[in-house]
Amino acid sequence: MNSAIRRLAVAAIILMLALMANSTYLQAFRASELNGRNDNRRVRDAQFSVDRGPILIGSTPIAQSKPVDDRFEFQRTYTVGPAYAPVTGYYSFLYGRLGIELSQNSQLNGSDPSLAFRRVVDVITNRKQQGASVSLTLNARAQLEAYKGLAGKKGAVVAIEPKTGKILAMVSRPSYDPNELAGHDLEKVGAAWKKFTEDKNKPMSNRAARELYPPGSTFKLVTAAAALSSGKYNPQSQVRSPAQLELPQTTVPLINENRSNCGGSDNATLTVALRLSCNTAFGSVGLELGADALREQAEKFGFGERQLPELGAVASQFPADPNPPQVAQSAIGQFDVQATPLQMAMVAAGIANKGDVMKPYLVQSVRTADLKTVSETKPESLHQAVTPEVASQLTQMMVDVVENGTGKPGRISGVQVAGKTGTAQTAKDRPPFAWFTAFAPANDPQIAVAVMIEDANVPRDDIAGGRLAAPIAKDVMEAVIGR
Amino acid sequence: MSYASTSVIQIIPRTRRGVELMLLIIAIAVSVAAYVNIGLTVQGKVPASTGYYAAGIGLLALIAHLALRYRAPYADPVILPCAVLLNGLGVAMIHRVDLGLKAAAEAAGRTPRGPAAPQQITWTAVGIVLFLVVILIVRDHRRLQALTYTAGLAGLVLLVLPLVPGLGVDINGARIWVHFLGMSFQPGEFAKLCLVVFFAGYLVVKRDVLTLAGHRFLGLDLPRARDLGPILIAWGVSLGVLIFEKDLGSSLLFFGLFLFLLYVATERAGWLLIGGLLFAGGALFAFSTFSHVQKRVTDWQNPFNEVGGQVANALFGQAWGGVLGRGLGQGRPEILQFYAQSDFIISSFGEELGLTGLIAIILVYTLIIERGLRTALGCRDVFGKLLATGLAMSFALQVFVIVGGVTGLIPLTGLATPFMALGGTSLVANWAIVALLLRISDQARRPQTPAAPVSDETIAMAVQKQ
Repeated sequence: MNSAIRRLAVAAIILMLALMANSTYLQAFRASELNGRNDNRRVRDAQFSVDRGPILIGSTPIAQSKPVDDRFEFQRTYTVGPAYAPVTGYYSFLYGRLGIELSQNSQLNGSDPSLAFRRVVDVITNRKQQGASVSLTLNARAQLEAYKGLAGKKGAVVAIEPKTGKILAMVSRPSYDPNELAGHDLEKVGAAWKKFTEDKNKPMSNRAARELYPPGSTFKLVTAAAALSSGKYNPQSQVRSPAQLELPQTTVPLINENRSNCGGSDNATLTVALRLSCNTAFGSVGLELGADALREQAEKFGFGERQLPELGAVASQFPADPNPPQVAQSAIGQFDVQATPLQMAMVAAGIANKGDVMKPYLVQSVRTADLKTVSETKPESLHQAVTPEVASQLTQMMVDVVENGTGKPGRISGVQVAGKTGTAQTAKDRPPFAWFTAFAPANDPQIAVAVMIEDANVPRDDIAGGRLAAPIAKDVMEAVIGR
Repeated sequence: MSYASTSVIQIIPRTRRGVELMLLIIAIAVSVAAYVNIGLTVQGKVPASTGYYAAGIGLLALIAHLALRYRAPYADPVILPCAVLLNGLGVAMIHRVDLGLKAAAEAAGRTPRGPAAPQQITWTAVGIVLFLVVILIVRDHRRLQALTYTAGLAGLVLLVLPLVPGLGVDINGARIWVHFLGMSFQPGEFAKLCLVVFFAGYLVVKRDVLTLAGHRFLGLDLPRARDLGPILIAWGVSLGVLIFEKDLGSSLLFFGLFLFLLYVATERAGWLLIGGLLFAGGALFAFSTFSHVQKRVTDWQNPFNEVGGQVANALFGQAWGGVLGRGLGQGRPEILQFYAQSDFIISSFGEELGLTGLIAIILVYTLIIERGLRTALGCRDVFGKLLATGLAMSFALQVFVIVGGVTGLIPLTGLATPFMALGGTSLVANWAIVALLLRISDQARRPQTPAAPVSDETIAMAVQKQ
């Protein structure tokens, strides 16, 4: 019998070892995964009661935690909440986090490994854990100007500093007030969440970076860049620009918006074609260059990559395998070309910065509560999209667009503005998207901007789109260059 | 003379009661320290009830110790301190969750429920009384063998008691509770004890028949078909418990115990094979037939599917505790409501004492189990061997099933965490089990020819004879 009892003794030890091994896996190795889950009440509650660091523009907080006398101890408060909401996101007890509040969470609540030393000091000196502050690259004037400009409209504005890639403004309207989600009256928070999520205008979607739209004629900048970079074209090259361009493999021709040829000629120069935004001209250039050249050029501007990890921006796309009529459509930013306003601002910024597209970023620096710098973002080059020569040719052509062409509403007195309008339609029965992307001053660019207005209730031509979007771009640029 | 120094030392019988007393003092000190720690963290002061708690646990442990000194001097010295430590820590954690639930109720504007810790101390006292009764009345465990069929009948009656209309109540979908005189009991806890006595007594008689070999299969001697009766009956009863009381844990426990004892009695691994197949068949049948079994399995596979699920919360708690724990009083076990005191008390420990504390607790259980099996090895009669094995393995199975369920190793089945979980019946029954184990160990470790001091001469003679 004893040998059987000994075997049972071994079996019992194996059972207990299994328990210990499983607990070890759970508490030592799986712990951080479980602690990171949004449905983990312990972590959520603990973090919600932390003195969370502020989100700053310069030294002005746009989100901060103020002490209050309730069970959560601190109330997250957003200044001009709706204007900054696409960037800050929200921090809600019930609905988790979004935006900078999400991506910089471990810095803001002080749990990041880079703040470990700070936490030890807090424990030793018996201070409560205090989060780090996150400074943004935003320019408050540009941001508020853009927010004001989009009042009553559905759209987005993104502004970038071309030399660095700093995001100067990022606005999406209609917006929502993150204060309503950060409240401590959970019933009201629930009602606000319901209101925001069920609103058919989708106030919580970030149209600037997380939604894709057909870029329309603003994409002609990419086509023009590809043409000039190919060596087969210069700004004065004449291209085929009839009133309607017969396309291979289809009976549906490509037509110009006003059904006339390009400025009175069936063979306009590239400069004139851009000035008047002629579809047939860029369609024929696109056919000439081919889909691969267009895609390659688009990718050099940042298409196909997810930009701005701080907000999880989506990747803009150039269609994978278009047939020739689709290539012609793609060359003018239609068919399946999809871009975020952020991406189109990057195109303008790249041209402005002598062809060097800088990696866009939002977080300038992270500092501890006693102002020690934890991290500082350095500008980084993303791609050399075009040569400086091609960039300067494109700049001249864009200046011409604003001074003589469809972009006239974007003019700023005393400053040379380079820009491009766009009007994109996805379906016959829905209003088109109005675009304007520009930078200024043309000789020393300090800001590149893209404005997109969804459901623009205007005629389907570029002049109309420019008239709607360009004034907003102008105001935002003026806010930065100080006019 | 050199022989004496190598082999004789082990024979010299020692009572080891002094060791037990030292270990008891450590166990009580640890428990009281935990209690004070909780008061200091949660209330900012040494709790006023510390004296009551310390005196209660200390006095009860001392009484148990004295009973052993007086009536079972050769009993195993490790088992009692282990049980006291688990019991003491259990009360401390129950007190801690009491405080947490009170704070939560007050924050929500509800009237807090009365504290459960004093109740548990009272039940500990009842348990120690039963411990004394067993030690004092059962002077020789072999006399229990005469009660084999009485115990079997009592076990069955206790098992079906919750099914009696007007007596049994459904709690959390399982019908394992009995309401009587305004109190609730879990008769299954005592059924376990009775059934182990029955299994042991029965197998002592039948082991010769059941050892006979039938067919040989894959190198295993399978028993004869006509001898399958008992195992089929045990299987049927277990299935009955599962079907009618919806109690997976007890069902598994009873069948497992029978199987282990059958194996020990016959030393035929063939029984384990047959039992394993029967168990697998029963489990499959239960899984395909009963929605509550399916739910347990799906909850185990995807603990996070249900928002605020118990297992998910237990896992979160343990993850939150990590390796070193949040510290006593600094976690939030009360999120699991009063389950943090009962079924999920282990995850409360995992949260506040961390992986380190949890492993220490599992090791204490392991000590009890292995000391129990050591008792079985040393026991000189077959009945005692089987009884000790059954009692020790009941701890092993129970701890594995409930701790495994709470930590996500296996599907959760409701069994009490021995000595720790809130609940009078389980606590009292476990004290009786420990008393029986100690009684057997006293017999096992007692010198066979009492009071004959061993001299070097007799040893030398004994050696020469060989």
